[in-house]
Amino acid sequence: MRKPSLGAILFALIPFTAICFSVPLWDRIYPMVFAVPFNFFWLISWLLLTPACLWGAYCAESKRTSELQRHDAGKQ
Amino acid sequence: MSASVIALTFISGIVGIGSFIGFYAGSRRKMDLEQWIVGDRGFGMLFVWLLTAGEIYTTFTFLGASGWAYSKGGPVLYILAYQPLMNVVAFFILPQVWEVGRKHRLQTQADFFHVRYNNKYLAAFVALVGVVCIIPYLQLQLTGLGMIVEVASYGVIHRTPAMILAFVIVAAFVLTSGIRGVAWVSVLKDLLLLFAAIFVGIAIPYIYFGGIGRMFAALVRSNPSHLVMPGATSNLGHSWYISTVVLVSVGFYMWPQFFGASFSAKSSDTLRRNAVVMPFYSITMPLMFFVGLAATLVLPGLANGDLALLSMVRKTFPPWFLGVIGGAGALTAMVPAGVMILTAATLFAKNMCRPILFPGMSDQQVGKLAKITVLVITVAALCSAIYSSTTLVYLLLMGYGGVGQFFPGVVLGLYSKRVTMAGVFAGIVTGVCIFVPLVLMKRDPIMGLNAGFVALCCNFAVVAAVSLFRPAEQPLLNKDAVATSGVEGLEAAPIPAAR
Repeated sequence: MRKPSLGAILFALIPFTAICFSVPLWDRIYPMVFAVPFNFFWLISWLLLTPACLWGAYCAESKRTSELQRHDAGKQ
Repeated sequence: MSASVIALTFISGIVGIGSFIGFYAGSRRKMDLEQWIVGDRGFGMLFVWLLTAGEIYTTFTFLGASGWAYSKGGPVLYILAYQPLMNVVAFFILPQVWEVGRKHRLQTQADFFHVRYNNKYLAAFVALVGVVCIIPYLQLQLTGLGMIVEVASYGVIHRTPAMILAFVIVAAFVLTSGIRGVAWVSVLKDLLLLFAAIFVGIAIPYIYFGGIGRMFAALVRSNPSHLVMPGATSNLGHSWYISTVVLVSVGFYMWPQFFGASFSAKSSDTLRRNAVVMPFYSITMPLMFFVGLAATLVLPGLANGDLALLSMVRKTFPPWFLGVIGGAGALTAMVPAGVMILTAATLFAKNMCRPILFPGMSDQQVGKLAKITVLVITVAALCSAIYSSTTLVYLLLMGYGGVGQFFPGVVLGLYSKRVTMAGVFAGIVTGVCIFVPLVLMKRDPIMGLNAGFVALCCNFAVVAAVSLFRPAEQPLLNKDAVATSGVEGLEAAPIPAAR
C-alpha cells in the first residue's frame, strides 16, 4: 500500500489541531463574534476551513499520483 | 379538520412519496447480491454524497443534537468537531479500502478482514461484532421514529403501530431495491431535512428572541456556564472532549454500513472528493443546537431532552409544518435503517453462515439467505424496540466503542506490512473486553477520558506487541500466495464475486 504524502498529512493535521487538541484555548464565551459565543463561532468557521485544508491535501495527493505515473511510464 | 389529521396527512404523504421512490429505484434492475449491496460499484460523486449523508445523519443527529444542547449544553460541541474530522480520516482510509475492494471484489467490511488477514474466523468474528453493534443502532432509529410520529400526530398514533408500519415499508424497499433504493430515498430525505433544519434553526430564535444574536445575549445573561464545557454535566470536560472526538472521528467509518457503502463508489477519487465536501453538510448542525438552546429558556424542565426539538416545533408552528418535520424525521430514521438492515443481513449470510456453517452454499443461496435475514433482523429490532428499556443510550455507546475497535486492524492493515492476524484478533478482543465492562458498570467516562478511547489505546498496544513478537511467516495480502498455499482454512480465501 502506498503511504500518503507528507504534504497531505500536514494539511490533515491542521483541522485536528484547531478543532480537537487546542480546545482549552478556544472554549470560551468572549470575545463574541457576530453575537455568537467564541467556541461556537470557532467550530462553525472550521466547518468551512476543513474542506479548504482537505482540498489542499487532495491537490498534494493528485500531484504526487501524476508524478508517480510519469515516473512509472519513464521506466518502461 | 383537526390539527392531528392535518399533521398525519403530511407525514403519511411524505413517507408515501419516499417509499414510492424506494421501490421504483430498483424495479427495473436485476437484483443479484452485487447489485443489491454495492450497486454494481457505479455510484458517482453526487450519489455517494447522498448515500453517505443519508446514512450518517440519523434520528440521533436530528433529535440527539438538539437534545444534548438542551440537557447538557457545552459538551454538545463535540458533534460539531467529529463531523468534519471523521472526513479527514476518511480521506486517507476509504480510497485505499476501495482499491482493495475492487481488486478482490469485496462487498462487506468482514470481506476486507478476510482478504487482508487471510482468515475466515477473524472475518466471522468481525462480522459478529459488527452485527451485534448494528442492532442497538437500528433499535434507536425505530424508537426515534416512534417518538417523532407520536409527537407529530399529537399523540393520536401510538408509537408501536407507527414503528411496525414504517419498518415493514423499509424491509420491503430494501428487499426490492437494495442500496440503490436507499440512496434514492435519501434524495428526498436530505432535501426535506435541509429545508427543515435551516427554517427551524433560524425561525425559532427569531420568533422568541428577535434573532440568533439576541438569543445568545439572553443565554449569557441567564446561564453562561451552560455554553462552555462541561456545561450542565460534572464530568464532560476538555479531556473528555479530546478523547471522544479522537475516538469518534477515527471510529465512525468503522461502522460496517459506512465502510461497506464506500464499495459502491465508482472510483477511489470519488471517495476522496466526497471527503473534501462532506463537512459542508454539517452546517445544519449548529442550527439544531440553536433550537435546543432556545428551548432551555422557552420550555425549561422537559423530562426528556430528546423531545426538545419536536416540542419547540409543536409549540411554535401550525400543524401542517409539524407534519412536514414529522415526515422528514420518519425518513431520517428509515434511510439509515435500510442500510443497517442490508449490511447486517449480508454480514450474517456471507461472512458468518457460509464460511463457518455451510461451506457448500452457492452465491445464489447466499443472496437468498441474506434476504430472509432481512426479515429476521427487522422483526428482532422491532421486538426489542417495543419492549425496550432506558438502557438504549448505553447500548448505542457500546456500539460505538465496539466498532471503533476495528480501526487498528483497518489502518495498520492498509499501511503496515508487519501487522499480523493474531495481533488484530487479540487487539479487538482486548478492546471489547475493556470497553464493555466499563460501560456496563457506568464508569464511562473514566478518569475524565472516554472509555472507548481508553479501550482503543489498549487495543493498539496489544496489536503492536503481538505483531512484533510473533511476526507472520509469509507476506499477507497476496492473492496468488493465498490461492496456492493450501493451508487449512484458506479454501474460501479468494472471495467469490457472489453475483
